[in-house]
Amino acid sequence: MSEITMAKALNTALRDALRDDPRTILFGEDIGALGGVFRITDGLAAEFGDERCFDTPLAESAILGTAVGMAMYGYRPVVEMQFDAFAYPAFEQLVSHVAKLRNRTRGAIGLPLTIRIPYGGGIGGVEHHSDSSEIYYMATPGLTVVTPATAADAYSLLRRSIASPDPVVFLEPKRLYWRKEALGLPVDTGPLGSAVIRRHGTHATLIAYGPAVTTALEAAEAAAEHGWDLEVIDLRTLMPLDDATVCASVRRTGRAVVVHEAHGFAGPGAEIAARITERCFYHLEAPVRRVTGFDVPYPPPLLERHYLPGVDRILDAVASLEWEAVPA
Amino acid sequence: MTVLEAATAAPAPAGPVTAGPVTAAPAAAAPAAAGVPPDRQLLMYRAMVVGRAFNRQATAFSRQGRLAVYPSSRGQEACQVGSALAVRPTDWLFPTYRESVALLTRGIDPVQVLTLFRGDQHCGYDPVTEHTAPQCTPLATQCLHAAGLADAARMAGDPIVALAYIGDGATSEGDFHEALNYAAVRRAPVVFLVQNNQYAISVPLAKQTAARTLADKAAGYGMPGVRIDGNDVLQVYRAVHDAAERARAGHGPTLIEAVTYRIDAHTNADDDTRYRPAGEADVWAAQDPVDRLERDLLAAGVLDRAAADGIAAAADAFAGELSARFSAPPTGDPMQMFRHVYHHLPPHLREQSERLAAELAADGQGD
Ligand SMILES: Cc1ncc(C[n+]2csc(CCOP(=O)(O)OP(=O)(O)O)c2C)c(N)n1
Repeated sequence: MSEITMAKALNTALRDALRDDPRTILFGEDIGALGGVFRITDGLAAEFGDERCFDTPLAESAILGTAVGMAMYGYRPVVEMQFDAFAYPAFEQLVSHVAKLRNRTRGAIGLPLTIRIPYGGGIGGVEHHSDSSEIYYMATPGLTVVTPATAADAYSLLRRSIASPDPVVFLEPKRLYWRKEALGLPVDTGPLGSAVIRRHGTHATLIAYGPAVTTALEAAEAAAEHGWDLEVIDLRTLMPLDDATVCASVRRTGRAVVVHEAHGFAGPGAEIAARITERCFYHLEAPVRRVTGFDVPYPPPLLERHYLPGVDRILDAVASLEWEAVPA
Repeated sequence: MTVLEAATAAPAPAGPVTAGPVTAAPAAAAPAAAGVPPDRQLLMYRAMVVGRAFNRQATAFSRQGRLAVYPSSRGQEACQVGSALAVRPTDWLFPTYRESVALLTRGIDPVQVLTLFRGDQHCGYDPVTEHTAPQCTPLATQCLHAAGLADAARMAGDPIVALAYIGDGATSEGDFHEALNYAAVRRAPVVFLVQNNQYAISVPLAKQTAARTLADKAAGYGMPGVRIDGNDVLQVYRAVHDAAERARAGHGPTLIEAVTYRIDAHTNADDDTRYRPAGEADVWAAQDPVDRLERDLLAAGVLDRAAADGIAAAADAFAGELSARFSAPPTGDPMQMFRHVYHHLPPHLREQSERLAAELAADGQGD
C-alpha cells in the first residue's frame, strides 16, 4: 500500500489493460511520447510500442470515428479527448454512431470502446478547458457515463469500462488528478452503475459525483458542527444511475441535496431530483434541492471560485430544508 | 500500365468541372476491357440490369407509400456494380444510403437492403456476416469507420481492405478530410470511391468545391487520386480493383473520383426541375452505363440479342418477386426498441420496456 495519485491510478489501469488484453489499443492527441497533456499515458508508448499506444492527427472526429471501425473489427480502443470542450467536434460520431451502432445493427455490432475525457474546472484553465459536459453524454441513450472521485475508483472503474461490451464515456475530474490516496493496486471497487455511500448520516443525503464529491464531504464535516448529520453518496456512474442506492438513502433521511459543478438548468441534478421526487415523494420532508454551477458558460479562471459550488452554498441549501420541523 | 497508373498519369481536363452543361467524358479513358474476362463482363451486365430493375421497383414502392423514402442510383449502376465486384467478399463495404445496388451486387437480400427505407429497422442485414457496415445517412462519417477498420485489419496483419463510398457533396465535410488524412498517415488499406453524380441534393459541384477535380484533393493528403469515367463499369472495376490490391500490398489508400450522373432526383421527395437545366439529363442519357455496356458486349460478341432479352426478363421477374415479398407487412416489434441499446438492460430501461409491454398488452398487440 503506497500513496498514489488518481493520475497514477489511471496510468496503471491503462498499463494493466494493455498487458492483459492484446486487443486494447490507445490513441489520441499527444498521448505517445508526451504521455498526454496530463501524463495519464506516461510511458505506455515506450513500453507497448506505437501500434498499441499512438498519436493521431489532430482531429477528434477522426479519433472517435476510426475507433468505431477498430471496435467493429474486434479491437478495444481507449481514446483520449484532450479536454472536455475539445470533444465537441466528435459529437457527430458519438451521437450518431458510437451510441447507436448496437441498436442499428440489432445487436450484431457492439462497440467496446472507452472515451477518456478530462473534465471540469478548478485548475485555472482558460476558456474551453473547464467544461462539465456530462449532461450531453447522459442525455444520449446507448452510452455509459462514468466518473470516479477516488484513485481506487479511477483504477477500478477504468478497468471495468475498458472491459465493458458497450461504449463508455469516462470522465476524469481533472482537479482530482493529483490528489493522493493510500492504495494497493490492482483493486476492484464494484461494477459500473453502482453508487457508493462515502459518509453515513441520518438528517439529509448529499448526492454528488466526480469533482463535487470532495466538496460534499467537506460540507458534511462542516454541517456536523451545526448538529446536522449528513449522508454523502458518490454516484460514480451517471448513466445508468443507481436509483436504488440514492432512493434507499433518501427514504431514510427524508431530505436530499444534489451537488454538481455542471450548470443547473436541464443539468444532471434536474434528472436526479426528478427521479427522487417520483420514487420517494411520500418520504420527502422537503423539496429536493440542487446546488450547481450557474447557467453560464464556464467563467474565466479568476472567477471560477465564484462559479464552483462550495461548502457554503451546500450548507445554505441544507439549512433551507426546514430543519426546525424535524424532531431531533 | 494499370488503369491506376494510366489515370494518374493522364493529363488533367481543361477547366473546372461544372454542373451544366456537363461533359460526360472525363479524362483518362483506358482500354478498359483489357484484363476482364468475358464471363465477368457478362456478370457485370447482369448485375447492372438487375440493379436498374431494383431502382425502378424501389422507386415504385416509394410512390405507393411502401417505402418512407428512396434514393435512386439510376445512372450510377456502373459505379455500384463495378466497385462491389472489384473487392473480395471478405473486404468491408461502407455504403451510404444511395448504395442499394452495390449491396445487392454483394449478395445482400433485396428486402434487407430496403429495410432502412421502409422504416422498420435501421439496418436490415447482418453487417458482420455481410462484411458491410449499415447504410450511412450522416454524410462522410462512414469514411472514418472505413479508415479505422482498415487500419485495424492492417495492424492485425489481415489482408482486408475497406471500400468507402461517398458522394461529391460529402467531400466538403470535415470527416472526409479527417478520414483521408488519417488513412494516408497510417497507410490504412482503404479505397475512397467518390461517385461524383454532379449534385448534392440541389447544389451543383461548382458550388461545392473550387478544386479543379475531386481527384485532385488526394495530393494534399499524400495519396494517389484517380479520375475515371464512372459510367464505364470496366473502368470502375479496374480502378477499384487496382486500388484495393495496392492497399492490400501495404501501399495505403487511394481516392477515386468516378464521374457519373444521377438520372433520377435526389430522392422521391425531391423536385429536380427546380435546380437542373432542362435537357441536361439527355446529354448524359447518351452515356447511360447500362446501354453502353450492352452496346459494347453486343459488338464484342460476348452478348447476343436473345441473351440480352433473357437477362431483361430475369430482371423483371426479380422485380416481380421483390414486389410480392414486399407486400408482407413489416415485422417491426415495438419491444425491439429496448432490446439492443445496451448489452445488459439497465434498470430504467427495464422499467420503461415493462411499461410499453403493458400498454401493448392493453391494446391487444402484445405477444
Ligand atoms: C452531416 C449531414 N448533413 C446534411 C445531410 C442532409 N443530406 C442528405 S443527402 C445530402 C446531399 C449529399 O450529396 P452527395 O454527397 O453528393 O451524395 P448523393 O446524395 O448525391 O449521392 C444532404 C445535404 C446529411 N445526411 N448529413
